[in-house]
Amino acid sequence: MAGRTLYDKLWDSHLVKQNSDGSSLIYIDRHVIHEVTSPQAFEGLRLANRMPWRLDTNIATPDHNISTDKTERDAGVAGMSDEVSRIQVQTLDDNCDLYGIKEFKINEMGQGIVHVMGPELGATMPGMTVVCGDSHTATHGALACLAHGVGTSEVEHVLATQCLVAKKMKNMRVTVDGIVGAGVTPKDVVLAIIGKIGTAGGNEHAIEFTGSVFRDMSIEGRMTVCNMAIEAGARVGMVAVDQKTIDYCKGRQFVPQGEMWDQAVEYWNRLTSDEDAQFDTEVAMHADDIAPQVTWGTSPEMVAPVTASVPTLQEQSNEEQRKGLERALEYMGLEGGQAIESIAVDRVFIGSCTNSRIEDMRAAAAVAKGRTVASSVKQVLIVPGSQMVKAQAEAEGLDKIFTEAGMDWREPGCSMCLAMNADKLGAGEHCASTSNRNFEGRQGNGGRTHLMSPAMAAAAAVAGHIVDVRTFDGGVE
Amino acid sequence: MKAFTTHRGLAGPMDRANVDTDMIIPKQFLKSIKRSGFGPNLFDELRYMDEGQPGADCSKRPVNPDFPLNQARFKGASILLARKNFGCGSSREHAPWALEDYGFNAVIAPSYADIFYNNCFKNGLLPVVLTEEQVDILFNEMDVEEGYQLSVDLHEQTVTSDSGHIFSFELDEFRKECLLKGLDEIGLTLQEADAIKAYEANRAEQHPWVFGAIK
Repeated sequence: MAGRTLYDKLWDSHLVKQNSDGSSLIYIDRHVIHEVTSPQAFEGLRLANRMPWRLDTNIATPDHNISTDKTERDAGVAGMSDEVSRIQVQTLDDNCDLYGIKEFKINEMGQGIVHVMGPELGATMPGMTVVCGDSHTATHGALACLAHGVGTSEVEHVLATQCLVAKKMKNMRVTVDGIVGAGVTPKDVVLAIIGKIGTAGGNEHAIEFTGSVFRDMSIEGRMTVCNMAIEAGARVGMVAVDQKTIDYCKGRQFVPQGEMWDQAVEYWNRLTSDEDAQFDTEVAMHADDIAPQVTWGTSPEMVAPVTASVPTLQEQSNEEQRKGLERALEYMGLEGGQAIESIAVDRVFIGSCTNSRIEDMRAAAAVAKGRTVASSVKQVLIVPGSQMVKAQAEAEGLDKIFTEAGMDWREPGCSMCLAMNADKLGAGEHCASTSNRNFEGRQGNGGRTHLMSPAMAAAAAVAGHIVDVRTFDGGVE
Repeated sequence: MKAFTTHRGLAGPMDRANVDTDMIIPKQFLKSIKRSGFGPNLFDELRYMDEGQPGADCSKRPVNPDFPLNQARFKGASILLARKNFGCGSSREHAPWALEDYGFNAVIAPSYADIFYNNCFKNGLLPVVLTEEQVDILFNEMDVEEGYQLSVDLHEQTVTSDSGHIFSFELDEFRKECLLKGLDEIGLTLQEADAIKAYEANRAEQHPWVFGAIK
């Protein structure tokens, strides 16, 4: 028998039934729920007189639309100033209370962005199928999970049946070998991959990231990479289990202990692709070719090394590309040929399910330490991904470093990544952002997003414009 | 779920690649706890000159005259002609809800993002995949012919233009069946309750840590 990929193994071990029409019934181990994509699903359950299939699979928390302002957060759900958002968070609380679903409420320890919270609590473990009504669910694949986003109808389907009707995806392997240079982070690696294969390059595929760059990467770094698989079109991104995976899981709240831990580890260690496994699509890159990356346009594939310039219309090979570039440059207020480092920033956002974990906070703090935000920058938001990240960062004194530099230390949530709360860009404002999407209007109507790593975003805050973190202000490790 | 069998209607354009779901329905409208009413805010940032707010009366807002779907000739369009990788980005099912609520029954594009494509079928909205060349032909015909209508037949898996083009499209058999009959997918899965329980019993023996940890 031919060898199986990690994805094949995860798929096979969750197959409940193979139907004759080509679809399959797949079992879902963990279902993560938030306020924005769940209310209609719970309502659907009620209208059909159905109950959740299992309770101990679900874990919920509000994250998308809650305030990151301490005064407003301290007032709890009742104190939310946006009435429409308040009703949505209250509805999540009510649904979880009604059905008995485990929820980490707005200010409870454990609350956080769904894709930060799941792994840090040990709610997501290797070998699981994980779904959530959010496209960045691929994040959990860093722990060798089969994890992907679903729509609200499928949130309801999973609540009611613990299964999804699915069709198997194709296997893609993205290999990056070598050793990344100083100042090059997991965010730069994944942006470079998206730049190479494009925003639709992974459509209909599950991606496994392999090679020395990912083996050398921390689990948190792997989460940053898997998180953005969807920005390359792939619903699923994964990294195989190694000792780092096991070490990361050990001792977390929902992870087994004792004999069951040993049993789990024995199984988890088998969650790798076989040597002779076949992939439908292969992509290979080398670490030497990856510099710190910055997006200049309105799609994550519109990305370039920080040392490069914005592309010109003349360089485009066809009319469609020319039209796309023209529209992007107009929206972004940029000229073709302009140096990326010449782009001034109005605001900086360090946070999101891509880059709000403790390592991201440390990387930003290392740059901010002893420096101050440029006077031309209106706001620098530092938004930890969870209550646990916030507590850890404060224990390490990182919050002090940020506030002394003139940055805002906020409460955990999705914040300006998607600007559902008050944290947003004004029209025409440029933002150095550690989030995952630079779509038109994503961070606020008319806002202009430049995606980059936490260190690069912190450096931009200090410099007042996009800058190469490797050389700025005498260089930063 | 709403069924789809055949549909004949006016085609309308969304002539750009990589249209993301933030563009289809911006984030501020995701605060709703309802499933309906998103139509007036479809393509909100392109369609109106001001910034849309949930609950605002869209009939009083200044519309963008340059946005094609605002033009009189596309009023009442029920088939959206679009470009490659339509619906990329966020998994929000509000995107197909908004398209459906606006009055679209089908989208025709060379490709879709996976999650959006899947979400359409849950809402009686048919995402048709044609080749880039075929989509180009339809765009070109629509450009020159006011009141340009297309017919979509799910049973036959064809898109037909009055000029005589008949383009076939592919889709998965199970998706086709569900959409043709408007089947309740959850109800269908629940018919497999015994198989699901058997799977769980076996799994609980092999991987007990997957069960019971979260209380």
